[in-house]
Amino acid sequence: MGHMQRLSRRAFVFGSAAIAGGVAFGAYGRAEAVAPASDNPLAAGLGPNSVSFNPWVEISPDKITLIAQHADIGQGVGSVQPIMIAEEMDLDPGQFEIRFAGPSPAYFNTGFADEFAPFVAADQSPAAEEARAKTLEWLRQSGLQMTGGSSSVPDTYEKLRVAGAVARETLKAAAAKRSGVAVADLRTQSGHVILPDGSKIAYVALAAEASKIPPMLDAQPRDPSKWRMLGKPMMRLDVRAKVMGELKFGIDMKMDGMLYAAVKLNPAKGQPLKSYDASKARVMPGVKNILEIKNGVAVIATNSWYAMKAVDAIACEWAPSAYPAEQAEHWKVLESSFKPEFLGKEWKKIGDIETGLKTGKLVEAEYRAPYVAHQPLEPLNGIGLVTDKGMEIWVGHQSPRFVQYVAATAIGLKPEQVTFHNQWTGGSFGHRLEYENVRVLAEIANQMKGTPIKLVFSREEDFLQDIPRQIAIARHRGSIDKGKIVAADLQLASTAPLKGLLERSGTPSKDPDGQLAAGLWNVYYDIPNFRATSYEAQGLSPSTTWRSVGASTSGFFTESFIDELIHAAGLDPMQARIAMCTVPHYRKVLETVAEMSDWKGPLGSGRGRGVAFVESFGTPTAEVVEVTATPDGIRIDKVWVAADVGKVVDPVNFENQVQGGVVWGLGHAINCELTYAKGAVQQTNYNHHEAMRIYQCPVIEVRGLENDPKVRGVGEPPVPPAAPALANAIFAATGKRIREMPFNKFIDFV
Amino acid sequence: MIELTVNGIKRQVDVVAEMPLLWVLRDELGITSAKYGCGVAQCGACTVHIDGKAVRSCQAHIGEVAGKSVVTLEGLDNKDQHPVLQAWIEHQVPQCGYCQTGQIMQAISLLARISKPTDEQINQVMSGNLCRCGTYPRIRAAIHAAAANKTAEK
Repeated sequence: MGHMQRLSRRAFVFGSAAIAGGVAFGAYGRAEAVAPASDNPLAAGLGPNSVSFNPWVEISPDKITLIAQHADIGQGVGSVQPIMIAEEMDLDPGQFEIRFAGPSPAYFNTGFADEFAPFVAADQSPAAEEARAKTLEWLRQSGLQMTGGSSSVPDTYEKLRVAGAVARETLKAAAAKRSGVAVADLRTQSGHVILPDGSKIAYVALAAEASKIPPMLDAQPRDPSKWRMLGKPMMRLDVRAKVMGELKFGIDMKMDGMLYAAVKLNPAKGQPLKSYDASKARVMPGVKNILEIKNGVAVIATNSWYAMKAVDAIACEWAPSAYPAEQAEHWKVLESSFKPEFLGKEWKKIGDIETGLKTGKLVEAEYRAPYVAHQPLEPLNGIGLVTDKGMEIWVGHQSPRFVQYVAATAIGLKPEQVTFHNQWTGGSFGHRLEYENVRVLAEIANQMKGTPIKLVFSREEDFLQDIPRQIAIARHRGSIDKGKIVAADLQLASTAPLKGLLERSGTPSKDPDGQLAAGLWNVYYDIPNFRATSYEAQGLSPSTTWRSVGASTSGFFTESFIDELIHAAGLDPMQARIAMCTVPHYRKVLETVAEMSDWKGPLGSGRGRGVAFVESFGTPTAEVVEVTATPDGIRIDKVWVAADVGKVVDPVNFENQVQGGVVWGLGHAINCELTYAKGAVQQTNYNHHEAMRIYQCPVIEVRGLENDPKVRGVGEPPVPPAAPALANAIFAATGKRIREMPFNKFIDFV
Repeated sequence: MIELTVNGIKRQVDVVAEMPLLWVLRDELGITSAKYGCGVAQCGACTVHIDGKAVRSCQAHIGEVAGKSVVTLEGLDNKDQHPVLQAWIEHQVPQCGYCQTGQIMQAISLLARISKPTDEQINQVMSGNLCRCGTYPRIRAAIHAAAANKTAEK
């Protein structure tokens, strides 16, 4: 199959398409782990006397290789995914190699089934589960292979444990055949099948025989109570290599005969180059070649620095931006987008909102969130080699099949002519779901046929081409009567991040952007009259998924507004949320964070606490932020976090991810925005877009809960509550309500 | 030809004198623990030691480094048993890991000057090292642990 099939999700999921074999409920992935061998992309590359039971396990006579299906963007995929398999196979760390998955529909992401189906996460009704099962079938048909949406564990939790169990049981069957001992009398330990007499057969010695028997597809993963590694504090497999400086990121890769490229692209995103003058650059040291590409120029040199210096010296004339050149215009367009013609969707309507708003005291507030950049510390890069056969590309990316499509489309190849090698990445936060480096690298390598080209974006170029997080305005209204919230009408105007990404991926969607519902409609408070509506602003900067996506802005808007309503009702922000929460195990999350922080109401003069609760990607997360208003500004003293992920599979990494999410959420809320002038963003390095440094980092206490019936992810959910919890804390400490990010435009921070 | 000592080995490179040490290490010598993050001394990912001091290698022109001794993370003495690296492993500091080699080189320099730093001293010395993943709580803990280990050894 070439590019992902273009299926209309709406038609497929909500039309009359019948699902063969009925609807499967519960955890996804078993079907994938026991799929027919003909679907296994590893089969084609197997050497002699080797076996692959499924797309995640490969055993040759000399080694065992486990496939990490997702991209490792710092979240731990390269460790926890192989360990989920190794747990079931009775392999120990050090007994297997790890490889990232290549492009294949076999690696479609089952974890998106919950996120894409139009039901809030807490809704486990048969109708919701049926819609999710249909969405899963659509994902299977389309082969959507993507890392994102905090889905790396939800997608693979069942799949990889089953894959490991199948491998284990098949190896036992092979050993039984060889030894004549009944399978029931065999056990497995540390990469060996153990016979009753204590003798051992290594898995690698069984590969040839295992390839000749049918895989044991009815194998069952073990009960979690039997786990050796999962669920317990364990060492991430990549930690040592990273600390020792031995792990090679994409940017560290080198090939024989390789040359280095740097680019200068039209800062008006997506617009072409009009003309250029490279006379100065041409004679600079190390320069080998100067190339014109669709939206800019590239310098080929013997060293990245020579290439960057020379490309700097090229004078370019650019076509103007398709979106407004000046930031003030972006805000004006958003302000005028609350109109029926820009309606995305009315996501939820409960009760009689107009009557509700006329009951009691009306509260109205407007909130804003700017464009922000991703800017992982490893800049965009990649190595490309084009030959007569096609293109080979080495780049860290979250969507392998779309990389094939984008690179191929750029230079007139078919997607299957592009061979993709995923790389360890120095962060992403959504940046490595976009394609600018891939497209540009394909163009450059195509002009330099036969020579491997390493492209590295300068930090400035990376900022200029970073497709930002959505910009958004919320206009919320609500009413208070007799100490209760009786109505909340949440209205959002925003650019559409997911729609933009899908379009650039070659799979445009006409559906309303589902990420604009995130944090807006999944509000689990007992409010009798409720409405959540999104409007999609047109003609603004392209925007894309940024760690926690829609909830990164709407979480701030909604939980700030709820806080305003609670204060207007004269209630305690924590007790009121607990009392209003409609989902018992979500209420437990709030109760947990109240207990952790010993919440007892106001702290007294100059100090304050704020709480916020947001469910994103199915993970209910509550945070308490404590601040002190010092003479030099706000100091963040401490943060407490409780999140329910159903199962904490990797506890140390869980804590690290949650802490990192809080740092991300707080840092960007405090001091980050991208603004356009003359069609280009004005912030081009970290001194203009700093986020949090260690001196501002509070103590962050974390607790994971396991009450949710499903296994959930944690990469993104800690982000959305951070900003509103901080704003709510600042209000508690100072009486000042901040309704716009970044907060440092309105108050100083220490 | 410019001559310098990297990790105890004399090296010669044929580049312009203005080239930052970072790009000599990475693209000329194939030493990759020093990372390119910002190019303007805003992130600290390129931190190495020159004559024993933590330096942003993106700001050190190779012409000025000539004749000096450069140590990157690869060339640390007693690397496998180094108390700072050990503490970094025990506390599982890295997420993506890209900034961590620079963080570690900065932390080693801090501990060489202040054997038992306070949180405030850690903040002052480590604030030039950006971590986009937000591993700061673990960086702090690892520095305290390394300091305690070193003190215990004495």
